[in-house]
Amino acid sequence: MAGHDTETDPNARWLSVPGQAPVLVAAAVFVMLWQALPAVSAGEALRFAWDWVPSLGISLSFLIDGLSLTFGLLISGIGALVFLYASKYLQGHPHFARFMLFLTLFMLAMLGLVLADNLLTLFVFWELTTITSYLLIGFDHSTSKARRSALQALLLTGAGALALLAGIVLIGTAAGTFELSEIRAQGDVLQEHALYLPILILVLIGAFTKSAQFPLHFWLPNAMAAPTPVSAYLHSATMVKAGVYLLARMHPNLGGTDVWLWTLTIFGAVTAVFASVMALKQTDLKQALAYTTLMALGTLTLFLAADIGYAITAAMTFLVVHSLYKAALFLVVGIIDHGTGSRDVYELGGLARAMPITAAAAGIAALSMAGFPPFIGFISKEIKYAGALAVQSEPYLVAGAALLANALMVAVAGIVSFSPFWRRPHLAEKLSPHEAPWQMWVGPAILASLGAFFGIFPDSLAVALVNPGVAAILGPDVDPAALKLWAGINVPLLLSIATFAMGITIYIYRRPLRDRLIAMGERAISFDRGWDHVLDGLKAVAAWQTRLIQSGVMRQYLFITFATLFVGVGGTILARGGFSVDLAWPDLLLKHWVVIVLVVAGALVTLTTSSRIAAIAGLGAVGIGVALIFIIFGAPDVAITQLLVETLVVVLFGVAALKLPRLDPSGRKTHRPLDAALAVGVGVVITGVMLMVTAGPLDRRLTDYFEATSWPEAFGRNIVNVILVDFRALDTFGEIAVVVIAALGAYALLKGRSPEEKQ
Amino acid sequence: MNSIILLAATRLLVPLLLVFSFYMLLRGHNTPGGGFIGGLIGATGFVVYAIACGTDLARQALRVPPEKVAMVGLGIALFAGVMAAFFGDIFFTGQWLFIGETEDDKGLPLSSVLIFDIGVYLVVLGSILTLAFALEEGV
Repeated sequence: MAGHDTETDPNARWLSVPGQAPVLVAAAVFVMLWQALPAVSAGEALRFAWDWVPSLGISLSFLIDGLSLTFGLLISGIGALVFLYASKYLQGHPHFARFMLFLTLFMLAMLGLVLADNLLTLFVFWELTTITSYLLIGFDHSTSKARRSALQALLLTGAGALALLAGIVLIGTAAGTFELSEIRAQGDVLQEHALYLPILILVLIGAFTKSAQFPLHFWLPNAMAAPTPVSAYLHSATMVKAGVYLLARMHPNLGGTDVWLWTLTIFGAVTAVFASVMALKQTDLKQALAYTTLMALGTLTLFLAADIGYAITAAMTFLVVHSLYKAALFLVVGIIDHGTGSRDVYELGGLARAMPITAAAAGIAALSMAGFPPFIGFISKEIKYAGALAVQSEPYLVAGAALLANALMVAVAGIVSFSPFWRRPHLAEKLSPHEAPWQMWVGPAILASLGAFFGIFPDSLAVALVNPGVAAILGPDVDPAALKLWAGINVPLLLSIATFAMGITIYIYRRPLRDRLIAMGERAISFDRGWDHVLDGLKAVAAWQTRLIQSGVMRQYLFITFATLFVGVGGTILARGGFSVDLAWPDLLLKHWVVIVLVVAGALVTLTTSSRIAAIAGLGAVGIGVALIFIIFGAPDVAITQLLVETLVVVLFGVAALKLPRLDPSGRKTHRPLDAALAVGVGVVITGVMLMVTAGPLDRRLTDYFEATSWPEAFGRNIVNVILVDFRALDTFGEIAVVVIAALGAYALLKGRSPEEKQ
Repeated sequence: MNSIILLAATRLLVPLLLVFSFYMLLRGHNTPGGGFIGGLIGATGFVVYAIACGTDLARQALRVPPEKVAMVGLGIALFAGVMAAFFGDIFFTGQWLFIGETEDDKGLPLSSVLIFDIGVYLVVLGSILTLAFALEEGV
């Protein structure tokens, strides 16, 4: 057995903490959720809540009902198997521990997402899955393809999440609460609300980007740049279903309207058919599976459009069935890739002899995917046809889309799991295939066997997960459809037979069809390339506005800053009725005159001198004049600070001035007149503002408060200092943090130059 | 800078400035002063020393790189804020201890507010010296 050598190897990675701990965590979660199964199957909903940010109505509340439990069991159960698989798949990888950490974090975030009862909590976990997905897609960060795919997924799903957040906030204002269980208890309050349409559009944007509905689908096939365990777990079994979960969760609150029905029907049907055609076109096994995942997401959306028992039963059943067989097939493709080094359908063949267990698991999973009896995929397909024929929108459209998608699924199932294993060997010898260690085949084997088990005993699945799930979406009064292997000769059975016939025909003629599709694809619009154009355009705009505003010339920065001040303040004052100041000449004492003379003389020196040192000394004199004003009016702290800062500025500038060129005399003619005009303008505006401010009565409430409380409450008599370090300590902390950051930034600029530049 | 006058003045001024900066820091709660002003005065002392004797000697006199002083100061200020949490109060609530307190005398007051002010002092001192030393060395 291939697993033997790893068990004796003391360095085997899967025996290490990062190899084992995630498996144990996932298994423990699975067991915990399993214990809730009897209660939930009996129709109960368990709720746990802790306050988080009570002032904003955010609580850490979790709800375990049929829907969230189904998702939770899939996430933790498949998670345990995928983690076990990954511990072997990435054995010896230098960032193995990091990978397992990301995967575990993702699992916890995903569990939080599906169990959350508070919409804002749900959103936090939603974003956490986006971020962990970004890290996992970009795990192989040395390749530009992985980086691009990771960023694309992050930007698209992140933008969708922003729309979702806006939708959640609107729901909160419309319903008055963020708790899903409370919103649900209110009945049709959202559907009848004036904001229904904006809410629906925003929530759907969030769900459709996350679940990769056409035309926002293209990030998902690209996300296959991630290692296979990630593709199996995030981008097939769990994360991409978050959008579907949201649709199911919001179904009672937003569903049941014509807009909901038609939007979901059209987007779901287009995605399902488009994706299954695209799946046929792929020659890379992983890409083919990625498009079948898109097809599954489209189908789930399609069935969630309706609000009848049959359609929702079909959605819930297919959700479980798809997760089982798709995760198994992804893991199988990973084993093929691992064992042969290739995923290309043209290169692979005859692997069944070398990989018997994998071949068996792949075969069972694929039969379930193609919908052959007695597997659960067959039952799921029958229910889908029954549900399609019962929908209120357009039964023929839905059934036709389902038929076409299912027939293509049969063909893709053959391509993915029949031809690599059983077709006449081609290059099998060159690729030297070998069976995977047990940690890798046990996952696909269990998942595939479950597909067979549920097919033979469909009641176990129905009672445990599907019926409670349907009840969670439609309420306990609606009867879910029964899952039966033999339902008699009826329309769904005839449609099934038609599906097999079409699917097998497509499989036989797959090569000419694929060539035709590839030829057509070259002429069609590529959404992926369109995305590049959007990003390029964004970067071009950013570069253009940076060139415009960030010229790199100090004088222009200052000019723009002061011009903005002048226009902003002056414009506001003009718009509000202009200046209204009583110019009464105050009685000035000698000390006031001294200050005035000092400030005016300093300003004149600064303006007229041709020496930088004289100019900065002149400015220093102005500053000292201002400090004197503070002293005269009784603010010694401010005055001391002002004096010290002025002193230090002059000293620092004196050091730097040695290296600066002399003032440019040509400026007197070119830009100085304009600068002078702006300076006078700013001066007039600020003076006017100061006069207007001091003309009004002084509001002494704050001053009185601080005077009264400074000593009794903060034990300090210097009010300025008490405010700085006690009453407003948080503000001061923010300010000193800015001081440190500014100093480090300037230090990097001064020290960052290369030695040649310094000379 | 080879100036005998500056060197002689420096010898007198720098110790005075440093002692004065501590004095300003400690008395700040009741009379003009405080961490910010104290830090500025302390920084002025070191800048004067650097101009007179060169930044190498000034760095030696400081013993610790100025950017570290600033960051440690920020950490101390944060610690002063977090301290409140250990006493069950909101972030940045001042915590006081009066040693030798009697009926009409508060005794020696020690507080998280003073620790915070020491953090501010170190941040201002470290940040200005980071800039000043780098400027002088770069020119």
